[in-house]
Amino acid sequence: MKPIVVVDYHKGNLMSVKRGLEAAGAYVRVSDDPREIASACAVVLPGVGSFADAASFLWESGQADALLSSIEAQKPFLGICLGMQLLLERGREGAPRNEFATGLGVLKGSCERLDARGLKVPHVGWDDVSFANPSSRLFRGIPEGSHFYFTHSYVACPDEDGVVSCRCEYGVSFPAAFELDAVFGCQFHPEKSSHRGHEVLCNFVDVAYGRTRKGLLR
Amino acid sequence: MLTKRVIPCLDVKEGRVVKGVNFEGLRDAGDPVELARFYDEQGADEVVFLDITATSDRRKTTVDLASRAAERISIPYTVGGGFRDVAGMRAMIAAGADKLSLNSAAVADPSLLSAAAAAFGSQAVVCAIDAKRVGVPGAPGADRWEVYTAGGRKATGIDAVRWAEEAAARGAGEILLTSMDRDGTKDGFDIALTRAVSRAVPIPVIASGGVGTLEHFAEGIIEGEADAVLAASVFHFGTFTVREVKEYLDAQGVAVRMDF
Repeated sequence: MKPIVVVDYHKGNLMSVKRGLEAAGAYVRVSDDPREIASACAVVLPGVGSFADAASFLWESGQADALLSSIEAQKPFLGICLGMQLLLERGREGAPRNEFATGLGVLKGSCERLDARGLKVPHVGWDDVSFANPSSRLFRGIPEGSHFYFTHSYVACPDEDGVVSCRCEYGVSFPAAFELDAVFGCQFHPEKSSHRGHEVLCNFVDVAYGRTRKGLLR
Repeated sequence: MLTKRVIPCLDVKEGRVVKGVNFEGLRDAGDPVELARFYDEQGADEVVFLDITATSDRRKTTVDLASRAAERISIPYTVGGGFRDVAGMRAMIAAGADKLSLNSAAVADPSLLSAAAAAFGSQAVVCAIDAKRVGVPGAPGADRWEVYTAGGRKATGIDAVRWAEEAAARGAGEILLTSMDRDGTKDGFDIALTRAVSRAVPIPVIASGGVGTLEHFAEGIIEGEADAVLAASVFHFGTFTVREVKEYLDAQGVAVRMDF
């Protein structure tokens, strides 16, 4: 079995993501090596640290180019939390005031501070999602209203709504997941979302390995 | 809708659960990670590991615990107890802890909270406050609480509500609020305390100390305005399962995660 590479950008612990993917049946390698990232059959970009910090490491280390060539080659990609936000062109978190840090630019748009209309920020805890794309592959077999674990102060603001596969409401409605061909992103942490998160990771691993499982209705 | 959380707390000494109780289907009730997995299965939204080891070589055991937990449990977990500096916190985050809980160390040096928030983000920093009521309940001016440290042994003279506000301003992402008057009594949370802190800070408050009945859990959230409820012994001794608590909260109209 070919490895799914979890990108290590030196900002924190990736054990939970590795564990979650392994439980979903993946063979996982954690790597910071751009060559290994570019040659993986699928890539997971986890979420640790701030946008500007992570983005500058990705660009300087050559990981960003490796990720872009992998996505270009239509290999499955899953960005988790900050890893989803980094798909956008630019982000405010950690950038100087009124400036943006440069993201991967796979999707048009920016990452902005969550304006939760008076609710507490960061948005931390288990929240439910509603589907915008009923044929999403990432949410196959998962019911509307399922709860996932979120912990974030910034949200993805894509220019085009079509890439949003599900949304979450917290003062405002924001994208809880992206899906464009084989590029996936989720604002929540599937690796910390117990059974429901496990199902999401199983769905991604299915896509990564071209695997089909019986008994899934959608 | 963001759900209210139910959080079992595990007291850990030298890597083992204090007074481990054997539940059916649990291989080793003394293993904090095993017990946390058991709570995960029951629908716990998070778990807290509270290290009460007194010895100086405590950190290595606790770091080991944090990394084993990362390999085994699929809900967020907090590690608390005994932090002194950012380096110690970094080791715990590197081992996989989602959040760190600071108590006495933050009171001694409040800048630790801002340093931790800068290093790991506010979402990873919990300020634990042990508060004790000043004066007789109901008497004029008695709705004030004093912060205690060192496991409740040391009075600080600091006002608990004021301290919660400062902790939030310094970057704490959550307050874990324990009523020392109620802790261990099974008389229910100190509702006035919980509400006073919840209303004072712009961050989530976890109510702790005193739960004895299912009604107490609901009171903490509905009357105390807490965002999460934490308990140890009622889960530990099997008085209630996490599922029973959540079913009760659900029936009371509290938004809780039931799809587990």
